[in-house]
Amino acid sequence: MSEEKIYATPNQPTPARPVIFNAELCTGCNCCVEVCMTDIFIPNPDKGKPPIIIYPEECWYGGVCVEHCPVDGAITLNHPLMQRAHFKRKDSSEHFWV
Amino acid sequence: MYKDGKMYDWPYPVNYEAETEVETDVLILGGGIAGCWAAISAAKGGSKVAIVEKAATITSGAGGSGCDHWINTPNPVSKVTAEDCVDWESQNANGYLNNISRYIAAKESYDTLLEMEQMGGKIRDTNDEFAGADFRDEKTKFLFAYDYENKFHFRIWGKNFKSALYKECKKLGVKIYDRTMATSLLTDGGKQGTKVIGATGLNSRTGELFIFKAKATVMSMSRHSRNWAFSSELTGLGQFRPNIVGTGYAMAFRAGAQFTQMERSMPGNLSFGTSYPSYGTGNAMNTWFPCTIVDANGKQIPWTDRDGKELTDFDQRTHPVKGQKLFGERGMAYDYRRPDITPDMQKRVKNGEFALPLYADMTGMPQMERRAIWGLMVGNEGRTPTPIFRTYNEAGFDPDKDMLQSYLMLGGDWLRGATLPHVRIGGEGPGDSGGLVVDWNLKTTLDSLYAAGDSLFAANYHHHAAATGRYAGRKAAAHANQTEQTKPARKQIDNEKARVYAPIERKNGIEWKELNAGLARVMQNYCGNYKNDELLNIGLKWTSDIEKNVASTACASNPHTLMRTLGVLDILTCNQMILHTSLARKASSTYLGFNRLDYPEIDPPAYHKWITIHQEGKRVKTGELSLDFYGDMESNYEAHK
Repeated sequence: MSEEKIYATPNQPTPARPVIFNAELCTGCNCCVEVCMTDIFIPNPDKGKPPIIIYPEECWYGGVCVEHCPVDGAITLNHPLMQRAHFKRKDSSEHFWV
Repeated sequence: MYKDGKMYDWPYPVNYEAETEVETDVLILGGGIAGCWAAISAAKGGSKVAIVEKAATITSGAGGSGCDHWINTPNPVSKVTAEDCVDWESQNANGYLNNISRYIAAKESYDTLLEMEQMGGKIRDTNDEFAGADFRDEKTKFLFAYDYENKFHFRIWGKNFKSALYKECKKLGVKIYDRTMATSLLTDGGKQGTKVIGATGLNSRTGELFIFKAKATVMSMSRHSRNWAFSSELTGLGQFRPNIVGTGYAMAFRAGAQFTQMERSMPGNLSFGTSYPSYGTGNAMNTWFPCTIVDANGKQIPWTDRDGKELTDFDQRTHPVKGQKLFGERGMAYDYRRPDITPDMQKRVKNGEFALPLYADMTGMPQMERRAIWGLMVGNEGRTPTPIFRTYNEAGFDPDKDMLQSYLMLGGDWLRGATLPHVRIGGEGPGDSGGLVVDWNLKTTLDSLYAAGDSLFAANYHHHAAATGRYAGRKAAAHANQTEQTKPARKQIDNEKARVYAPIERKNGIEWKELNAGLARVMQNYCGNYKNDELLNIGLKWTSDIEKNVASTACASNPHTLMRTLGVLDILTCNQMILHTSLARKASSTYLGFNRLDYPEIDPPAYHKWITIHQEGKRVKTGELSLDFYGDMESNYEAHK
């Protein structure tokens, strides 16, 4: 079992992960913090680390954080599970989801 | 959200109650598409300009994340006139159309588009990607949508339009106040119904108050929203963003401005996660027009013309039928009805003629059409370049091989998914709800206050926001050149400060989400699909009761939640406007989505008019406005432009 300390945390609002940061690529420049339409991020107190998603349920899934990010791949937009569309390959009739 | 079990410190310095005064010639409230265009044209008119924007001007507004159409635009390639543009829209709206703003948009939309090009917006197929396509004009390299014969709905590369507008504002020296929510209009002597002399704004990071003094003000904030539909957790998953609440409406109403068409509503997106990302599912409308839809076995769902006759060739989807002058991009008016998927499709699915699920199948479409939808359109429309185009491509979706599923069988329409009749929205898409009454200067009923974009009643899409913003900015600048600054009344500022900061002082009261949900429930119960005087009066009673006993306890813990809380208080005001206007309309109406059980007659001639609403003191006054109040369009436009 993990030795990590256990806290009495409230539930996170749903959906909780509208965007996913790649901590290895993100430089912590906070460009996304500045362009976000609904101001869901705050800068990370640890400079150089990815911003904190403080109001995830207010994400409008506009994707401007990804478009304005100077590092391709540092941010991925993450539609919640119930919003992922499906597609079918015509020739093989295989089904996929986004 | 938590670090080592603790909450993060608020990262910005907080200065509640601190005041900063800003003096400008023209003040723009709301830095979306209309606001940026207003700012640019006012600055070009020689005015000192300031934008007050709740979000970040570089990306904000309904069209901030992109745009694929620039519709209803007479241009040198087309025979369509401004009168034609207004006529098809008016027929669709059964006469409930803002002919002033629509005519201005139709007259100036093309010049606005060319100006967009000068700012760096791509409006032509300069790479000849679509050379030879039916929807391309070879000489100008313009691309068109919908009606390829009449060529008046442009396809454009609008993904970067907003950043181009932002850069132009910066270049022209426009002062931009981002993360600042306008909270109230300042009026001459602090009196309601007098000249607008500026506004107050709250910074949603620092909590400080801005006092903007201006000779002319342009209201270009969003329409009202979240009046019936709200989900406490899935706030941003609806079609419209959390920032759209109707604060501009509430503040202009408090200042005494007149509104109309506030009673219009329709079943809306539930925003509870039943919908899918916009334009991210198989459909055949708007961005996806004229896509082929097939059933589970690959059988095509027929397209039909305005008479219900099945179309045999793909090209027929994009050409008017014989004898039809043109067709519009939406709506059901017979003269201008566009080809569409057969209207009895759902019935035929139930009868077993077509098997579920359905799919959008671009694979068999002409290559140019496929690339226009999946690339040009889905690659540039708002909320699609990353959310749909990039995400789906990365997931392996290939329009040459794959069919995207449609969820239409869940009920509702192509875009909104399932709907409930009592969970409503005030208008379709970005506009055409109620809004500010304006004259041919796009001036509201208050002196020195102009309106553009979604603040206008019965507004329209991106091109309309742009063209009316550009026009209103020009008018505001001209007015500012002839007027002096007026010193705001200290008492008005103090009263507003007391209102704005009250939630910060309170503890253990209601928070904004519960308040929003509670207000929405009142609207669902008493101002839903079916209305009568008794229901509406009870709705008003409960809304006022909540205002007095519950909203008065609303509390906020930081400048961001304070902004959200103030937004919900504005929703409360908008709900009262809707309820009062609904009470005054003693008739039912199809176009207005308005069903009165006590006045069931549909669209009786005596009620073929608008209901207006404004405040005098705390008293709400409703009135009437003739549907043809705009007068002769051409002469009025020429006299005022």
